[in-house]
Amino acid sequence: MKINSSSEGNTLIVNLFGDIDHHNTEIIKRYIYDNMAHSIKNLVIDLSGVEFMDSSGIGMILGRYKEMSEKMGTVSLVGIRGNMERIYTLSGLYKIIKNYSTVKDAVNSLKL
Amino acid sequence: MNKMEIKFDALSQNESFARLAVSGFLLYKNPSVNDMEDIKMAVSEAVTNSIIHGYDNEGTVRIYCEIEDNDFMVEIEDYGKGIENIELARKPLYTTKPQEERSGMGFTIMEAFMDKVLVSSEKSKGTKITMYKELK
Repeated sequence: MKINSSSEGNTLIVNLFGDIDHHNTEIIKRYIYDNMAHSIKNLVIDLSGVEFMDSSGIGMILGRYKEMSEKMGTVSLVGIRGNMERIYTLSGLYKIIKNYSTVKDAVNSLKL
Repeated sequence: MNKMEIKFDALSQNESFARLAVSGFLLYKNPSVNDMEDIKMAVSEAVTNSIIHGYDNEGTVRIYCEIEDNDFMVEIEDYGKGIENIELARKPLYTTKPQEERSGMGFTIMEAFMDKVLVSSEKSKGTKITMYKELK
């Protein structure tokens, strides 16, 4: 599992790579917490480089959604596909968090 | 018939090992990418359940697999606390650990990705999940 991030205005973009399971959701959560400057209002989680994600990833994304909602911010996802998309649908997450094909699409939609 | 059995410590770093061990065992059958990904997902959910809910501290997880023609079976077993109410545990979104950001989707996902899921559990004895899938 690898993580890096960048910011654009008040949006934090976190790029995840490898597998997301219960073992590393805590690491991702801490990374996002540590990189969440006070001015950040929107979080974009880029899963384009993720090869596997189970329901622990869904729980972790829901947790970030709750935190961002508390500060009136948003969470967007990028690159959900395959079995990740099936659990994204199955869990109902798609009803509250949008998925975009590229980071650019996700960031642009925040400017509207 | 071909069989495989492994036992490992109930530690979160072994979740990826469990997925890879089961998918590696299946490789010689040349399964479709979809079947392989479905099995990895279901195994990951069951093993994670054993690690999170089976034990407070240390413990062991056992995985046993069988392949007969195209019929695949996997058992994931722990010797921990057991599930008090299986019916409730299988309900979508139900979790005993909401404070730990658990989605409560484990059993729902196992059922969606495998053909059949059986759960047997006894308090203080442990839990065994048996899952079946016909390889396409």
